Amino acid sequence: MNLFADAFAWLLDPANWDGPDGIGVLLLQHLLITFGVVAIACGIGIPLGMIVGHTGRGREVVVALSGGLRALPSLGVLTLVALWLGIGVAGPAVALVVLAVPSVLAGTYSAIESVDRRTVDAARGMGMTERQIILGVETPIGLPTLIGGVRSAVLQVVATATLAAYVGAGGLGGILFLGLKTGDYTLMLAASILVIALALVLDGLFAILQRIVVPAGVRASRSGTTRGRPTRRPATTGSPAPAGSSATEGKHH
Amino acid sequence: MSWIVDNLDLIGELALVHLRLAVPPIVLAFVLSVPIGWVAWRYEWSRGVLLSVIGLIYAIPSLPLFVALPAILGTSRRSELNVIIALTLYGIALMVRSVADGFGGVDRDVRQAATGVGYSGWGRFWQIDLPLAGPVLLAGLRVVAVSTVSLVTVGAVIGVQSLGSLFTDGFQRGIQAEIWAGIIATMLLAFAIDGLLVVAGRLAMPWTRAGAAASATRSDEREEATA
Repeated sequence: MNLFADAFAWLLDPANWDGPDGIGVLLLQHLLITFGVVAIACGIGIPLGMIVGHTGRGREVVVALSGGLRALPSLGVLTLVALWLGIGVAGPAVALVVLAVPSVLAGTYSAIESVDRRTVDAARGMGMTERQIILGVETPIGLPTLIGGVRSAVLQVVATATLAAYVGAGGLGGILFLGLKTGDYTLMLAASILVIALALVLDGLFAILQRIVVPAGVRASRSGTTRGRPTRRPATTGSPAPAGSSATEGKHH
Repeated sequence: MSWIVDNLDLIGELALVHLRLAVPPIVLAFVLSVPIGWVAWRYEWSRGVLLSVIGLIYAIPSLPLFVALPAILGTSRRSELNVIIALTLYGIALMVRSVADGFGGVDRDVRQAATGVGYSGWGRFWQIDLPLAGPVLLAGLRVVAVSTVSLVTVGAVIGVQSLGSLFTDGFQRGIQAEIWAGIIATMLLAFAIDGLLVVAGRLAMPWTRAGAAASATRSDEREEATA
């Protein structure tokens, strides 16, 4: 356990937090890269997922895309894009967006698609336009699943951004690779602890968010809709999808 | 592309090493997940705890885990064991939920009928629950297999050889074709293992089309299982 003691001592030394290469700056960089990339991925994935989920058109493409992505090695994409666009933040950012979009897309698509068709028909019968149905009915009901997709994307980007330091993207991975180059295991372990802690904190925050956004109506009706269904765990039928919901599952970072 | 043709030997060699790293975690994850998932399904109280722990493991990024494992287990820092153990943990994290869902999807009436015709608990598990949960288990295992093959490549940055070495080497020497070769070979390997699992599933479960379970919802599986 000496190794952990050394790593924590390094982490707790205020001197290591200051300066342009300090933990503070790198942590901020890591968060900025993560949220920047996920924001762009949401900008692309959410509207597309809404259209696919609502119309049902292109669903095979989405399923194939998220399935194929599982096999796509992130490190390969990172190094390839880095050779094209040069080392620095731009190349990795593009690669990270490419890797994050399918999670958001699949999460949004399954969120919209999982909404009961009778509910959608009722909304249509009341005279809502398709746009109003997507934004006013399907999105709020499916929001926990949608956020589940964003949660997967965040986890993946936090992890892959660490790997991206290999091609010069900065962030906490920079400490890890510095330790690797200089043979300083304390540095590597300290960086790993930081990244793991960051991932767990973000995952926890999103788990809470998923619970908060369940619409009051859905929460109230859950006990009613599960009547007569002899599954063992009726309460989980419409609950917030965990990181591994059917369309978004698979670990690729 | 001439790089790929000139280096087919190297790619083949690395593919074999890659397999040596990917297959044990897939097998171990499956073997270990069945009892864990069964407990999660059978005992309501354990489900929340098990699935939470598993969710936490799932959230841990792979590279930091590869780095941290030697400090936790005392393994050598460049040992292939670190990668194998980490990937086994991820495999379990993905698989246990499938196992619990698979057993949960077995119709209660079928289970009661089995008890009625005289199956003991142990016999019922092997001859009723496990085969009927099979399609869901297979769907989970396919996800585990494909992600594992892909994740093995990450080990290359800490010096564990695999097809991922083509990425680090290609990047350092500026050879795009080498990186392409790595990506294509990794994906082909993943799809080959996936295909083998589908075929194995059809052989082991001739009563069901193996692929159908992957996209089926739980209620569909219930109908399929009882049909």
